[in-house]
Amino acid sequence: MSDLELKPFNVREIREEFPALRQQIYGKNLIYFDNGATSQKPKLVLDAINLFYSKENANIHRGVHYMSQKATTEYEAARQRIQRYLGARKSEEIIFTKGTTDSINLVAYSFGLSLSAGDEVLISAMEHHSNIVPWQMLCERQGCTLKVAPINQRGELILEEFDKLLSKKTKLVAITHISNTLGTINPVKEIIEKAHAVGAKVLVDGAQSIQHMHINVKEMNCDFYVFSSHKVFGPTGIGVLYGKEELLDRMPPYQVGGDMISRVTFERTTYNELPFKFEAGTPHIAGGICLGKAFEFLESIDMESAERHERELAKYAEDMLATFEGLQIIGEAKNKTSVVSFSVKGIHPFDIGTLLDKQGIAVRTGHHCTQPLMDFYGIPGTVRASFAFYNTKQEIDTFVEAVERSLSMLK
Amino acid sequence: MNLTEKQEEIIQEFEVFDDWMEKYEYIIDLGKDLPKIDEVNKTDDRLIEGCQSRVWLDAHFDNGKMHFTADSDAIITKGIIGLLIRVLDGENPSDIATADLFFISKIGLQEHLSPTRANGLLGMVKRLKLEAIKHISVS
Ligand SMILES: Cc1ncc(COP(=O)(O)O)c(C=O)c1O
Repeated sequence: MSDLELKPFNVREIREEFPALRQQIYGKNLIYFDNGATSQKPKLVLDAINLFYSKENANIHRGVHYMSQKATTEYEAARQRIQRYLGARKSEEIIFTKGTTDSINLVAYSFGLSLSAGDEVLISAMEHHSNIVPWQMLCERQGCTLKVAPINQRGELILEEFDKLLSKKTKLVAITHISNTLGTINPVKEIIEKAHAVGAKVLVDGAQSIQHMHINVKEMNCDFYVFSSHKVFGPTGIGVLYGKEELLDRMPPYQVGGDMISRVTFERTTYNELPFKFEAGTPHIAGGICLGKAFEFLESIDMESAERHERELAKYAEDMLATFEGLQIIGEAKNKTSVVSFSVKGIHPFDIGTLLDKQGIAVRTGHHCTQPLMDFYGIPGTVRASFAFYNTKQEIDTFVEAVERSLSMLK
Repeated sequence: MNLTEKQEEIIQEFEVFDDWMEKYEYIIDLGKDLPKIDEVNKTDDRLIEGCQSRVWLDAHFDNGKMHFTADSDAIITKGIIGLLIRVLDGENPSDIATADLFFISKIGLQEHLSPTRANGLLGMVKRLKLEAIKHISVS
């Protein structure tokens, strides 16, 4: 299936593929721990971007000429690669969007049109704003109700409460697979089974899971799975909406214009078939092709070992950080990925982030677009270190020393 | 000392630092020394909401001069506020309204006043100037 063969997991070799990791910031070797925000890009992707714009650039789906046909073939090949990787039944089920936020908005609009007063949308208390606000708007528009399943102090979904909120009125459950702030991995398979049992559809926000584990949408049996290319080693400006064909077929278009029509007269327009029905206008052609390259790269990674490595990194970092006085790890779910969020009593996360930056370490500070979650913990924000499989234990040693130095300056 | 001289003095003070951490050590100390605004006075009308840290600003006009007190929940932000107040406090409104705060970029802190930083500082400078403008006709 892959053009590259699966190699034994080796961090040194993987790092070689990522030029951005080899640079100095303020005279220090860069330590990039902001992978939750966006990932760095492998050479395979970088070279493809360069090649596309230097040799292959053409518009797609409409040209008679060689270059247009070649670009179309490559763009559609990328779609097929993603379909195979995700285990989707058909490539028509893979819609290219601008990213996670765009994919969720598409579903909230198009699928949302079938909802009406009395219907409910169920989300969780740990959602990213992108998986809250589109549903709020939908509920306002259609007169339905938004329900929020609570979490416990460890940052885990309280399943009994979720069960109580789930009913025949629930038309859609929209839940993050992995929390970007806490690292919690939600039991999506169980959630999907329960939701289907009452006739609800399920959208899984995969923005933080696609880069950490092998996703199979058929096995998961979700109705929609959405993610952003830029968090999974591909370019910005493109993402994916996976949806079951029978659902996508019934949904009206979201945006309208060129490329998505079958026939336009001034009286009436008929729409193109899937997936084009949802892809109005000239798409992000280079983005699609290069996202395909990112998946080609992923196929060469032994994801199980990569996941194990990432979890070891997180455990190691948490154990060391927990020794600092007043430091609290935010997000202690039993099942979590390589996100380490923390807050320190009496010290603002912004101050810690600023000092880490000057020591060459990129982390994120703030509310991470999850303000309701910060309200739940009663903190203004956290410092978040989020690891990718290219990060190392040595980097964590340096990071922990830098945290120690920062705290001693701020106390 | 006028506004320009005060800024030049700060630039000179910062010249002794060899690296970023020393610079920030100094800014943090300034933040710790700056008088706080009482919790009861941290009201919404004094609040400048940043995405990351929050700033409270209190402005007074007295005898032709502006006086400022400000606070923040982040200590680095507060240290930079200390520098801004040192430059602008006690100046007359028209000088404040037209002040070019060149020292910020000279000491390498321009990132803190960029619109993307969202720490409330840029909003604070705007508010400082607006408060000054309110009093220009009076002076
Ligand atoms: C869980 C989650 N959902 C949605 C998003 C939004 O992704 P994007 O900004 O790429 O649309 C993010 C990104 O931070 C995320 O972490």
